Amino acid sequence: MSVIYTENISFRYTDKPVLENISFNVDRPCLLAVIGPNGSGKTTLLKMLDGTLFPETGRALVCGKDTRRFSRREMARLVAMVPQEVPPVFPFVAEEIVLMGRFPHQGHRLFEDKKDYRIVYDAMEKTDALPFARRRFSELSAGERQRVLIARALAQEPEILLLDESTVYLDLKHQAQFLSLIRALTRDRGLTVVFVTHDINLAAQNADQILLLYNGKKYAIGTPADVLTAKNIKEVYDVQVGIDLNPHNGSPRLTLFA
Amino acid sequence: MKVYHRVTLLRVLTISALLFLFLVVVCLAALSLGAVHTGLCEIQAALQGLLAGEAPNQILFSVRLPRILFAGIVGASLSMAGVVFQALLRNPLADPYVLGVSGGSALGAIAGIVVGAGSFFAGVPFLAFCGAILTVLLVFVVAGGPRGVFMDNSLLLAGVVVNSFFSAAILFSLSVVDSPQLRSISFWLMGDLSGAAWRDIAVSFVCLTAVFTVLYSQARRLNLLVQGEETASRLGLNTKGAKYVMLTAASFLTAVAVSLAGIIGFVGMMVPHMMRLVWGSDHRLLLPAAALFGAAFLITADTLARTLLAPAELPVGVITALCGAPYFIFLMRRRGGR
Repeated sequence: MSVIYTENISFRYTDKPVLENISFNVDRPCLLAVIGPNGSGKTTLLKMLDGTLFPETGRALVCGKDTRRFSRREMARLVAMVPQEVPPVFPFVAEEIVLMGRFPHQGHRLFEDKKDYRIVYDAMEKTDALPFARRRFSELSAGERQRVLIARALAQEPEILLLDESTVYLDLKHQAQFLSLIRALTRDRGLTVVFVTHDINLAAQNADQILLLYNGKKYAIGTPADVLTAKNIKEVYDVQVGIDLNPHNGSPRLTLFA
Repeated sequence: MKVYHRVTLLRVLTISALLFLFLVVVCLAALSLGAVHTGLCEIQAALQGLLAGEAPNQILFSVRLPRILFAGIVGASLSMAGVVFQALLRNPLADPYVLGVSGGSALGAIAGIVVGAGSFFAGVPFLAFCGAILTVLLVFVVAGGPRGVFMDNSLLLAGVVVNSFFSAAILFSLSVVDSPQLRSISFWLMGDLSGAAWRDIAVSFVCLTAVFTVLYSQARRLNLLVQGEETASRLGLNTKGAKYVMLTAASFLTAVAVSLAGIIGFVGMMVPHMMRLVWGSDHRLLLPAAALFGAAFLITADTLARTLLAPAELPVGVITALCGAPYFIFLMRRRGGR
């Protein structure tokens, strides 16, 4: 059973198709990077995978089940998404935000129990969010907020983690920490991570698979070495790049010729 | 900086108990104040006399006490409705009055009286409820941007427009229709708590308790909805279902308050906001706190309304608007500056 299986997904918000006939599958837990130019449908594709949107034609299966057949609660226990940006309205503190990640596990209980608090503590420790656990979410920096939202997603204890540009606001140290965290979770706990990013070198170094989108279509999918060729990048992004191997880890490395 | 405390059952109970105590103190003060001053000792003596089976003190038990209880129930209802509207619209300026829901409810009630729905049980409140629900839908349609995003300004503008339309419609129907059952203009536009009958108090208290129970069971869902619908849905909430339950509940509370006490503005905006400042945004604490403090708040406002110019009386809505409108402007400016 594939973790993620999509079959001919198409979708449009208005007349213009955003996704066209996308099929791919993820057979076992791994890190899948989704790259592509602006407006190529990356975020929309993520929304197909957690049932925020449903494909117009085709279907998306998560752990063998069509996304249309999930209740919201079931879905939230299986798939967690870290969104790009959430404008805060009312003054919640960081810990309260992370506690909300426990909602899908709580049934009709009105208050958290010890286990919830333990899981939330662990999640915040992993993303280094404990130092500001009791500060207001609205007063945090963009990077700190991102770490809170990642912790909330971890508190959902999902099997699939969707990340929408989650590393953009993180400083170098927290970027490194976060990447090694998701790699460890993939290796040890069988977490599947699908992350949208514009940082192709980051994708090249960390992803097991890369999905390259172009105008809503699947342009290529495969290992970083397969997908990241100068020819592919030239056609999709319309830029000249040089590609060599990173001497530290052997992954493809892009140099932008500007 | 404010210290954050985890919201636990114990904390909710403790704070509710504290606020309840505060409410009792406010009630006693309101009992003793009035055109005829009654000291605390006299109140105590009157209470003991009542328990001993003596004839009840007329001023205390037939005039002031029902009015105080009534004000408490209306204040709690409006405040809870405010909490829900603010959460669902993700806007701390929302309140049944500002959104025009009170106006719609009043118009429904007036229509009910005019067509003679008063002869059926709960006929008038039912139409008030219809008016409230229709207004909520209207405001959502007018102010709801694409995909259910509410822009601050369009929401407030929709409220302003809907409100002035309803005020005009209320004035119009009051001047055209001459029904002995229709109350004064100030009742419908500025609120009035003087007409409290024990039966109304009992019925509205039962409604309030029932709706509170329903809303409290949804308290965590309210917390999620405040994060935005997409986020709430991602965290496992069936947002549509939850929203319908809550909007119905809030409209119902508004209808109960309006059909019994007329339009009393700004309570539903100020009370939730004050409580949020003090106790944080978690609705498991915010709901009971707003209900209890809202009760105390309106009792205080009504006591002022009947004592400031005694023996003359002001409509209680005058008092709430006099403090509410500046508060509203203060809030708006502060949010703009953020």
